[in-house]
Amino acid sequence: MVDLLQLIISGTATGAIYGLCALGFTLLWQASGTINFAQGEFVMVPAFLMLFFINTAGLPMWLAFLLTCLVAMALLGYTFKRAMVDPLIRHGVIPLVIATLGLSIGVKQLVKAGVTAQAQPFNSIFPDGLLSLGSLKVSYMDVGTLLLAGLIVVSLQMFLNRTVTGRAMQAVAQNTDAAKILGINVARTVLYTFLINAVLAVVAALLVTPTYLAKFDMGDSIGLKAFYAAIIGGFNQTRGALLGGVLVGVLENLTGAYISPAYKEGVALMLFLVVIIFRPEGLLGKAEERKV
Amino acid sequence: MSKRQVIALVAALVLFAILPQFLKSYGIYLMTLLCVYLMAAFGLNLIVGYAGQMSIGQAAFYGIGAYVAAILMTKMDVSFWFALPIAAIACFVVGLALGFPALRVQHHYLAFATLGFNVLVFLVMRNEEALTGGTFGISNIPRPSIFGYSLDGALPFFYFAFVSVIMLASVLWWLLRSPWGRAFAALRDNPIRAESTGVNITAYTLLAFAIGAACAGIGGVYLAALVNFIEPGQFHLSVSLLMLLAVIVGGSGRFFGPVLGSVVVVLLPEWLRFLQDWYLAIFGFAVIVLMVYLPGGLLSLGDRFKSGGGTP
Repeated sequence: MVDLLQLIISGTATGAIYGLCALGFTLLWQASGTINFAQGEFVMVPAFLMLFFINTAGLPMWLAFLLTCLVAMALLGYTFKRAMVDPLIRHGVIPLVIATLGLSIGVKQLVKAGVTAQAQPFNSIFPDGLLSLGSLKVSYMDVGTLLLAGLIVVSLQMFLNRTVTGRAMQAVAQNTDAAKILGINVARTVLYTFLINAVLAVVAALLVTPTYLAKFDMGDSIGLKAFYAAIIGGFNQTRGALLGGVLVGVLENLTGAYISPAYKEGVALMLFLVVIIFRPEGLLGKAEERKV
Repeated sequence: MSKRQVIALVAALVLFAILPQFLKSYGIYLMTLLCVYLMAAFGLNLIVGYAGQMSIGQAAFYGIGAYVAAILMTKMDVSFWFALPIAAIACFVVGLALGFPALRVQHHYLAFATLGFNVLVFLVMRNEEALTGGTFGISNIPRPSIFGYSLDGALPFFYFAFVSVIMLASVLWWLLRSPWGRAFAALRDNPIRAESTGVNITAYTLLAFAIGAACAGIGGVYLAALVNFIEPGQFHLSVSLLMLLAVIVGGSGRFFGPVLGSVVVVLLPEWLRFLQDWYLAIFGFAVIVLMVYLPGGLLSLGDRFKSGGGTP
């Protein structure tokens, strides 16, 4: 029983990171119809940026994180939108999807050929060791991850629901034309979404890299999990992405422990396929429709 | 096809046929690999270019074909000539089983379903050691003989694969020009109008997907016989992604698009070996540039010039 609880807690922590990535993924989809197949590389690049700022430039962690956020916003937010999404979205979804696939391969190989093909260690911002709650032992890293991810999600929700900008972003996501008529600056609002996606990716990189290690292909796995999470939870649902992320994380842990480590990914993958086939709107998709 | 195009095609085929005579064994292997890859890529073009669907799981079918044939040939002593249709039919049926529910809901969900399917197939290949040999794969896969003439040699097997891919392409060509195939053009150009004139969109798309999957299965059987050894890594999701990019870079929806695309991803990296990992890096960014300036793929370059350089 204690084992089960521990597996669920650590699975939730990993899942929260997937959820952060998936959240950015769904935000981009809602605001601009972008399906970003390079989402995993959007996590990998900040991981290397932070390593560069820490190891080569000798900066402290917090400064490296802030600088990486700025660079990511400029590169993975602004430049990505202006150089790829804006010119391509006119041709429809498919050319853009193909271009993000190209970006994924290009960035990955660029890091492999130009930086390093070896996995680089990355220090966690949380202390080592275990927190004991009775017979339950949880690592500080899991607790910290959950707290930080939770904080990010709550503040993002507050931003989206309580501020004028946030509500404008929701309006654009729901109906671009109506939003434009209401006087919302659609182009700028969509840009905010891209910037938020970039920051979410940096946070995900900060949390996931200590376990995944910084490697050119680390994005393959995390991008895929974020993708599962987004679809399982509901492509049109911000909350769905989180639910999907946690489900994927917990299922992975439980499958690895109780069924077979070789099929760790298997159950989440089956859930992904079942959702696509029987509930394409995602687990939370329907509830939203009823509310309307 | 105009007369000039026919001449160009025949010239290209003749060139392709005599080139291996002057190559060493590795060069012949690469030319054969190109033929094999093309079988799967032609199938993918049917799905992507003609039926207008995204499939990110062609390597899964490539792998199913290869594994079915390898298991039949090495463990049950079935001849290549029986294994080939069995593998093709298996892929066709799996394609129907995967495509039917995925296409029923929403069209672009086929892309997601094929992606997940590819990961799942990879896991099964890697983990079911009793059946697939796990990470060690299956080795000593025999090459076939035809009318008592052994195709073990590099050159005979090249000509076998070369003739086979031409036959496969001819069947697809004929299919696309049949009334059935013409419905595709209608489907791709205006799905709503096509449906209103009585084209059953889902049935046509599903059939195209299953036929495309079967083509990949056939390619897989030839791959198993060519390399004599298969392992899960040959059928990873990344292989599917690269094949999809190959078809689109060449020019999806153009019959010979996959040929050009396959040359770019199969032969070019070998000629440009000094570039090593930089090759794929350049390729990835080139895809972005191509999508921005030439979304129709490399083969649409000709049309661009014909129409006077204006945007199409």
